[in-house]
Amino acid sequence: MREKLIEKILMLLAFSAIGALLLMAIFIFKEGLPIIIKVGIKDFLFSTHWAPTKDYFGIFSMIVSSLFVTTGALIIGVPLALACAITLAEFAPPRLMSILKPTIELLAGIPSVVYGFLGVVLLVPLIRDYLGGPGLSLLAASIILAIMILPTITSISIDAIQAVPYSYKEGSLALGATHWQTIRMVILKAARSGIITAVMLGMARAIGETMAVIMVAGNALKLPISPLDPVRTLTSNIALEMGYAAGDHRAALFATGIVLFVFIMIFNVSANIITKRWRRE
Amino acid sequence: MSVKIDVRNLSFSYNRQNVLASVNLKVETNSILGIMGPAKSGKTTLLRIFNRLCDLIPNIRIEGEVFLDGENILHPDLNVDKLRRRVGMVFAKPVPLPRSIFENLAYGPKLHGIKDKKRLEELVERSLRLAILWDEVKDRLHESALKLSGGQQQRLCIARTLAMEPEVILLDEPTYGLDPISTLKIEEALRRLKESYTIVLVSNNTWQVARISDNVAFLLMGELVEYGSAHEIFTVPKDKRTNDYISGRFG
Amino acid sequence: MATRINPVLLQRIVKAQLWSLTGFIIGILLFIICFISIKGLPQLTPEFLTSNPVDMGRSGGIFSTILCTLYLIFVSLMIAVPLGVGAAIYLTEYTRESRVTYIIRFGTECLAGIPSIILGLFGFAFFVMALRFGWSILSGGMTMSIMLLPTIIRTSEESIKAVPYELREVSFSLGVTRWQTVTRVVLPSALPGIVTGIVLGVARCIEETAVVIFTVGSSLRLPGSFFDSGRTMAVHFYILAREGISMPNAYGTAAILILSILFINLVAYYLMRRFLKKYAIVL
Repeated sequence: MREKLIEKILMLLAFSAIGALLLMAIFIFKEGLPIIIKVGIKDFLFSTHWAPTKDYFGIFSMIVSSLFVTTGALIIGVPLALACAITLAEFAPPRLMSILKPTIELLAGIPSVVYGFLGVVLLVPLIRDYLGGPGLSLLAASIILAIMILPTITSISIDAIQAVPYSYKEGSLALGATHWQTIRMVILKAARSGIITAVMLGMARAIGETMAVIMVAGNALKLPISPLDPVRTLTSNIALEMGYAAGDHRAALFATGIVLFVFIMIFNVSANIITKRWRRE
Repeated sequence: MSVKIDVRNLSFSYNRQNVLASVNLKVETNSILGIMGPAKSGKTTLLRIFNRLCDLIPNIRIEGEVFLDGENILHPDLNVDKLRRRVGMVFAKPVPLPRSIFENLAYGPKLHGIKDKKRLEELVERSLRLAILWDEVKDRLHESALKLSGGQQQRLCIARTLAMEPEVILLDEPTYGLDPISTLKIEEALRRLKESYTIVLVSNNTWQVARISDNVAFLLMGELVEYGSAHEIFTVPKDKRTNDYISGRFG
Repeated sequence: MATRINPVLLQRIVKAQLWSLTGFIIGILLFIICFISIKGLPQLTPEFLTSNPVDMGRSGGIFSTILCTLYLIFVSLMIAVPLGVGAAIYLTEYTRESRVTYIIRFGTECLAGIPSIILGLFGFAFFVMALRFGWSILSGGMTMSIMLLPTIIRTSEESIKAVPYELREVSFSLGVTRWQTVTRVVLPSALPGIVTGIVLGVARCIEETAVVIFTVGSSLRLPGSFFDSGRTMAVHFYILAREGISMPNAYGTAAILILSILFINLVAYYLMRRFLKKYAIVL
């Protein structure tokens, strides 16, 4: 009957997300796998020589750059975000909170290209003048990414901290602990899973960010030695060269996409497993 | 007296837990059957079998037959939507739809094809009068139903069921938590309604069951302990457990 | 512990440091908004908003980019909303938790984590090249809809789940079918939450650059149909900024980008508040 038909249609719609995911995986693999086979996976992943015009396709320096940029962003961003979250969730009066929390969430909506632009106009000259190097650097990318992921990590951490039952806090204070001791030993432990989720979301955003990084990272094909070196991440590489790549070169960019895709899938799956284990505790 | 609902050897379980065991009873047409018993006896489940709302529970097993006017309503091919138009239900907690009073009552009829505005208005007025709510709301039919008091909302729910022009009305603890005046009004409405409808009432409140039922069924832990006219059950109960329950030795 | 710092003193120190850090962070974020506003708002004259870019954007306005952005939003929503809300309805109303729903949810979550550049890559390989749609708003819309899908499914599911179960029971007890119950009782009550998800999707369309460049292209022509290429505001800003074409215009574009996204987020926030308030009163 009509109801059965509606149910079937809705089921098809529900599978659209999976369908899109599979389609994407198939296409990217189809375009990129041949070149990985041709070059050999060891050479592709671990050679630092990327010169598409001469048929050299090694993405190692870019893998390293991506890792460093993301790690840098987390090192800078996570402590700051947590400090903010703790201050707002525990120390700020409710009225201030009701203004500041939405403000932070709104700031999560600033487009990445705007962040990149401001990075170029304001941050890069600062680095160049006071720290040396060309300014367009690993450091600049990490700082910009840190600022970009701050609102996300902060607001989700605030939610996690506020979700801790009030009785935990009451109990600790009743035992004579100071507010800060309570935060450190009771609240943060209880909010751990939520905070970790927040950090993971921030990390996912940092890994996938392209536009801002292109604008401030310098895009040089070297293995970074100091934070002041210009770098090129995996995502930047794809974005920069896709416009004019052809043949094997294009395939190599898809292959880079495969690497990213696989990495994200692994990341997602492990994040899933970890959050499930936390929840069981 | 003719039989409206005939329950034969009805057993019900969900998630492997037995809820009802071999229940046999008959509901007479145009009468009020009061089903009483302590908590978790299966009273609400029995009620929900009458309009097949039990289908919404996962992992169920039903055995036996339930005949409505001679037709077995447990048959898997039965059109449950049609059944539920004939057998209406009022829940323990009044649940008005987030709409106006008029729209609450017109919701069911409209979806079953009644578009004529005049007919809807007549239907709404008639149902509200039967539920003894008309005088209180006739001037504010288009206000939100959520503004009514608890007792009024419950009468609204009764009226909403009546708007479907059912044959049977099922009520699950309809006056639970309501003030005495609303309770009296609802009981009075039920007395009047039994002339045209068959009513099955579940109640934890033995006094209420004694007040308004024609027949009474006493359920204890899924078993139908005793069934008979209200007069018999409350004056000369045949089973000791019935006697104990009525006298309040457990409850 | 042998030597202890007085815990109360420690708390004061920590509190002071945390407050100053927080102030610093909020200061940076507010500075960003103020900076763009000061440099960009003066650019937002009516002429700027209603005239087309001239000379590769060196002068003129940004009208064609505004139009292109609106078209992109339209196509993306046209695809993503029925798919997303339909999926959410199926997951909540028509099935119980089972292996099937687990797979669907897992797929949706994975999709949510895919970086935009990979989506851009896919959109380019599939819609632009393989299906031969070319660089077009259609290609962009279809790719963006994939990006919006997880968010819409998630927010729709949550708001549908928040509708009290009793409302459905009441509807069924009146002999109303499941689909009718969904469309007449559940969806109207869940609407504010669903719209919030849609609004967030709109914000995504406005700010997304990587996906758009690879699927819609960057033509400055006024798009006439969905098969045309075009340039959205975000892409225009990126090109202006990167190539250093026109600083004032870049700031102006940035200002309007931020303004529209802030406005949209405010709308979403307000809707969520109304949604929560509604259910605090009812049951």
